Amino acid sequence: MTESAASPPPVSPLLENWRYFARSRGAVLGLTIFLAMVLMALLAPLIAPHEPNLQYRDALLTPPAWTEKGRATFLLGTDAVGRDILSRILHGARYSLGIGLVVVSIALTSGVVIGLAAGYVGGKLDALIMRLMDILLAFPSLLLALVLVAILGPGLFNAMLAIAVVLQPHFARLTRAAVLAEKNREYVVAARVAGAGHLRLMFRTILPNCLGPLIVQATLSFSHAILDAAALGFLGMGAQPPTPEWGAMLAEAREFITSAWWVVTMPGLAILITVISINLIGDGLRDTLDPKLKRS
Amino acid sequence: MSAPMSPPVLETRAVTRDYETGGFPRPRKTIRALKGVDLQVRRGRTLAVVGESGCGKSTLARIITLIDAPSSGEVLIDGQPVDLRAGLSREMRRKVRIVFQNPYGSLNPRQKIGDVLEEPLLLSTSLSAPERREKALAMLARVGLKPEHANRYPHMFSGGQRQRVAIARALMVNPDLLVLDEPVSALDLSVQAQILNLLQDLQEEFGLTYVFISHDLSVVRHVADEVMVMRLGEVVEYRSRDEIFAAPEHPYTRTLFAATPKIDLERIRARLAAKASRARGA
Amino acid sequence: MALLEIRNLSVSFETTAGRFFAVQGLDVSVDEGEVLAVVGESGSGKSVAMLAVMGLLPDTATVSADAMRFEGRDLLGMTPRQRRALSGRDMAMIFQEPVASLNPCFTVGFQIVETLKRHTKLSGSARRARALELLTAVGIPEPERRYASYPHQMSGGQCQRAMIAIAMACSPKLLIADEPTTALDVTIQKQILDLLLNLQTESGMALVLITHDMGVVAETADRVIVQYQGRKMEEADALTLFEAPRHPYTRALLSALPENAVGGRLPTVAVGDWGVRT
Repeated sequence: MTESAASPPPVSPLLENWRYFARSRGAVLGLTIFLAMVLMALLAPLIAPHEPNLQYRDALLTPPAWTEKGRATFLLGTDAVGRDILSRILHGARYSLGIGLVVVSIALTSGVVIGLAAGYVGGKLDALIMRLMDILLAFPSLLLALVLVAILGPGLFNAMLAIAVVLQPHFARLTRAAVLAEKNREYVVAARVAGAGHLRLMFRTILPNCLGPLIVQATLSFSHAILDAAALGFLGMGAQPPTPEWGAMLAEAREFITSAWWVVTMPGLAILITVISINLIGDGLRDTLDPKLKRS
Repeated sequence: MSAPMSPPVLETRAVTRDYETGGFPRPRKTIRALKGVDLQVRRGRTLAVVGESGCGKSTLARIITLIDAPSSGEVLIDGQPVDLRAGLSREMRRKVRIVFQNPYGSLNPRQKIGDVLEEPLLLSTSLSAPERREKALAMLARVGLKPEHANRYPHMFSGGQRQRVAIARALMVNPDLLVLDEPVSALDLSVQAQILNLLQDLQEEFGLTYVFISHDLSVVRHVADEVMVMRLGEVVEYRSRDEIFAAPEHPYTRTLFAATPKIDLERIRARLAAKASRARGA
Repeated sequence: MALLEIRNLSVSFETTAGRFFAVQGLDVSVDEGEVLAVVGESGSGKSVAMLAVMGLLPDTATVSADAMRFEGRDLLGMTPRQRRALSGRDMAMIFQEPVASLNPCFTVGFQIVETLKRHTKLSGSARRARALELLTAVGIPEPERRYASYPHQMSGGQCQRAMIAIAMACSPKLLIADEPTTALDVTIQKQILDLLLNLQTESGMALVLITHDMGVVAETADRVIVQYQGRKMEEADALTLFEAPRHPYTRALLSALPENAVGGRLPTVAVGDWGVRT
């Protein structure tokens, strides 16, 4: 049994994970839609047929192009002040995806640092941090975000900050649990014996082994952030008019729910499709990164 | 190999270790996992620590590897007392390394083998990156692995290969003392033989001192110069290998020896004969 | 007639790299009252063959054999229901991890009674009495108290004794022990092996002992099968195997034992096909 005989061909973990990911059709579909969304957001100024805030006074509440009274230039119709809904949705994608990105980055970074500190140091610091997180988690998330926005003042950036604070405890708890599981493993002890300091142990040795569940949580939080931002926008506490943020668009369209369905439906559909695609990606990633589901 | 007057590479004096358990709402209890261990290992020698689960051998391993501090007593490396609470010098850290039992748990799954080997150099020397890589590749070859293995991740290796990597990592900074915590227990018989041979070769080549922790008496008999038998945190017998295997003194040592399965043709013959006669009688 | 007879057993698994044969062309026969040891290193398929006998392999496994008979009855042709009725009553199996093999949610007594309920017509009080009798028979001190204990309240050795009690509940004709002492300390290992051999002698059941430890084989087996990469390398009675091993693989394995070379280097077992053709 010379062991060199049976060493498998080197496959980078990234490629290996991609193979598992690609096996799930839903995840690949989600990824395709999401990438299309990102592309749309990036190219919005080029592909949008109209200026998002330009009001066509002669075309208030025009229905979508395929209906009887529709006009070909306004593919998805116009809103109450005559703005082209398609153009607003395309530009809105920039806001919504940006919100998701910024919120998740803030929540992930702060949550990971807090959770890492709690799990690694342990003892009183751990107890203190985790009770704080429990308190944050005890509030209904939207209510807490509302309170924070009320304190900070309405606006898109404050809304993002508030949502990040609300989502952050999930990351902290997840990180702490993973760190507790990893920190007494022998490879960590081995790194200690090799002379690694606390920071190196925390960020270089332990953290990379905790990333799996965090990546999954991050994708799922992405859709949470978009939804919460939309909700805050809907309540008038998020993006302020005339910003074409999807939630704010919904809020403005509230009074036309019965008379002009498309004004409400189109941004709603945009949110729905984006969130579903991200959740599909999240599910796929969870399956990919969970070693228990992998065959040996 | 060693000058007669040089101090032992490792010495412990009355080392104890307590653990606290319980606590609110039950009263706290202190459990003494080590009850005063004295030992000495000279350069180039192998001390085997034998015992069953709960005897304190792993606790002892963590203390002599300078991971945990003893509750009382002293640990001396090369004659110098070590005080973990006061911090550890790089030089002291360099001298003692450990190889764990489970080669699946002791390597960081997200670290390439090359990086595993370079980490100790990065942390305790000021070598440049190409120098580190060169040393890592040389050590990889020394433990019987190939240079291209440096770019692979631990999960691509068999148990025996991972144990080779763990040994290579331990040797990167030329330690004096290697603590081997059940290094072959998780391996197949054929791989076990290869790893034991490798350890013996390396010991001769680098003048290494081993503390070999094991529950397997046949392995201990093969590798040890001195044997220390532990039970419930106490040393029950501590003598040279030949003495202890020729005439175990302590009743517990004798129980341990008697319980170890042996391949003895006479015993097999007697056992089979007894069975055959029972079958005839029935 | 042999108690258990297997001819040309193959077990394969479907993997991404193609079909993998864990066991190939294996013949095994076990007689009543016999202790058979199956020895091999990891990957030798020593457990897989016996799991196939017990019908415990996952659905991904493909089992084929020219014959697989227990007391003359064809195991492969049985309905799953007949198979379940047989295992646990006439055939029983114990595993390496005693603590993990017991259900942590139920008391030891309950788990023995459960087996009795499934396979016998004893009344409630008779079942309890039989369970206590079994606990005494496997050498668990204070059986009354242990009857109401949960697995986590007992040591590994005691859990293995409890597992043996469950396996022995219906006086099986065949007991398969898969590395029963590997997770235990040597002194406990000795006790468990002695217990298994005593129970075997008293009840006259057949015992199949799967192990990687040549010492354990020497202390227990009447007959030995040596396996390597899913194939049988050698089959011999225990004395012959250790006195005059015929197969080169067996010889290499025995010479790699540390106890056979005090000091010096150990001969290593080269990787080879050892006559294995795949």
